[in-house]
Amino acid sequence: MAWFLRSKKNIQDSVQREMPDGLWTKCPSCGEVIYKNELEENFYLCHKCSFHFRIGSKEYIDILFDENTFSETNTNIRSTDPLKFVDSKTYTSRIDAAYKTSGVDEALTTGIGQIAGRTVSFGCMNFNFIGGSMGSVVGEKFFIAAKYALENKTPFIIISATGGARMQEAALSLMQMAKTSAILSVLAEQGIPFISILTDPTTGGVSASYGMLGDIIIAEPGALIGFAGPRVIEQTIKRKLPEGFQRAEFVLEHGFVDFVAQRNELRNIIIKVIDWFMA
Amino acid sequence: MLEFEKPISELEKKVDEMRQLSTTVDLSDSIHELEKKVEELRESIYRDLTPWQRVQIARHPERPITSDYLANVFTDFIELHGDRSIGDDPAIIGGMGKLEGQPVMIIGHQKGRDTKSNVKRNFGMANPQGYRKANRLFHLAEKFKRPIITLLDTPGAYPGIEAEERGQAEAIAKNLLQMASLKVPIIVVIIGEGASGGAIGLGVGDRILMFENAWYSVISPESCSSILWRSWDFKEQAATALKLTAMDLKEVNVIDKILPEPIGGGHRDHNQMFATLKSALIAELTELNKIPADKLVDQRREKFYNMGSWITK
Repeated sequence: MAWFLRSKKNIQDSVQREMPDGLWTKCPSCGEVIYKNELEENFYLCHKCSFHFRIGSKEYIDILFDENTFSETNTNIRSTDPLKFVDSKTYTSRIDAAYKTSGVDEALTTGIGQIAGRTVSFGCMNFNFIGGSMGSVVGEKFFIAAKYALENKTPFIIISATGGARMQEAALSLMQMAKTSAILSVLAEQGIPFISILTDPTTGGVSASYGMLGDIIIAEPGALIGFAGPRVIEQTIKRKLPEGFQRAEFVLEHGFVDFVAQRNELRNIIIKVIDWFMA
Repeated sequence: MLEFEKPISELEKKVDEMRQLSTTVDLSDSIHELEKKVEELRESIYRDLTPWQRVQIARHPERPITSDYLANVFTDFIELHGDRSIGDDPAIIGGMGKLEGQPVMIIGHQKGRDTKSNVKRNFGMANPQGYRKANRLFHLAEKFKRPIITLLDTPGAYPGIEAEERGQAEAIAKNLLQMASLKVPIIVVIIGEGASGGAIGLGVGDRILMFENAWYSVISPESCSSILWRSWDFKEQAATALKLTAMDLKEVNVIDKILPEPIGGGHRDHNQMFATLKSALIAELTELNKIPADKLVDQRREKFYNMGSWITK
């Protein structure tokens, strides 16, 4: 049975995917009570229904890279609040809060590491940092990581988890779509493979730029992948969306990802893909 | 008529009334006086427009739209239809034309003039087939070494079921990738509304020009208000916070040049808008024609690499 037929809860608000604190946690899809340590050992998948809990860059690095080979890069790039953006809070206060609560320094973590002995330039988005939104810092870190791949002829891998462009940087965040795509056009010319991995969720300005520009595009099961968010679409067309709409399996069916891979198979499949490109 | 223009039109009404009276009495002095006041009022209102007021001007139903520029700035325009895959999107139009004798490819978002034509044009909100048609025309232009001019005027890419099924995100992403690599000059002009991915999907170029009262941002003020303020009522504040005006964007190097509009906005004098665009395009193209293709592409990429604002601690 397709995953999205199993339970209505499965496609409800994605906030439920966040890892809860405490020793035990309940699977938001099937309700199974899972011991947290067991969840960690099982790639943050529900052992009963394979529901993929949302995780961040630290966890993905552990899952994908050879032990003790990954070193983070460009942790010292900071946003400057160029537009002095204020809504109900200031943008700078939102960034400060995100630093404190997320444990990461931006919505994109980048670095160099080895996967089965092969050096890879890597980036992973952190949804818990202002919704994984792409602003100038994400654009610049992406750019530097892509350049590393270019100069060292290594594969370039990005894991996306994002609501899209960062509103508080307005047009400047919009321009990051062009910036990241521009450097990818150079990688394409030089024959440097770019592997794009889409996790829950990947929408907006990121899906409409580097997310959809992979030589290979891989999606995690059940991940929400699209341009417009489902709520915006519902408001526009004034009716409910069909079940499973914009989920990874739907996107696969419509031809916009190469395949859907379970997280516990991700490393092995990436090893094979890289081998095909680089052998 | 826009809300903030009401005082002007009230004065104009008075001028008209006096004109009717003047058939019996000579009121020419007073009429002249009042006309001067109308102009003064217009200038003072338009000198200090708020960002939200500019958004309203950019959406004015009488403002020139892509088809107007096609008919009045270019000659010998032939529209080219279809993405060669699933259909033709009326929200993006494009084709071959000439600018002062030079063959160019022109592509732009197309809004309508009234309800009927707006429905046909989907209010300028393109579907994937629109972006893919543009992509096809980009390649056609490159193949025959014709410069590309894009005109941006959209409230956003269409958020619909079919648009998602057909890969709206992929269609826009591909355009960004291709536009960064095309070996012909590209001039981008924001003529009205430049909202989000739907706008930048035609927006990567060597020169970015923007009309004085156009706006360009990652999201519309209304949607920004609904997300950040959780209410539709803060659109004016959102318009200010988003720094979406041409002046603001010139400051942060998102655009290269501001194209001035007639006092009162582009809708008041179409011919002036056409003349302004035409001379700006000719000037930019003359410069870009001199740059070798490889250098052009490198410079374009470099331009976008530098976009954004960050510090290294």
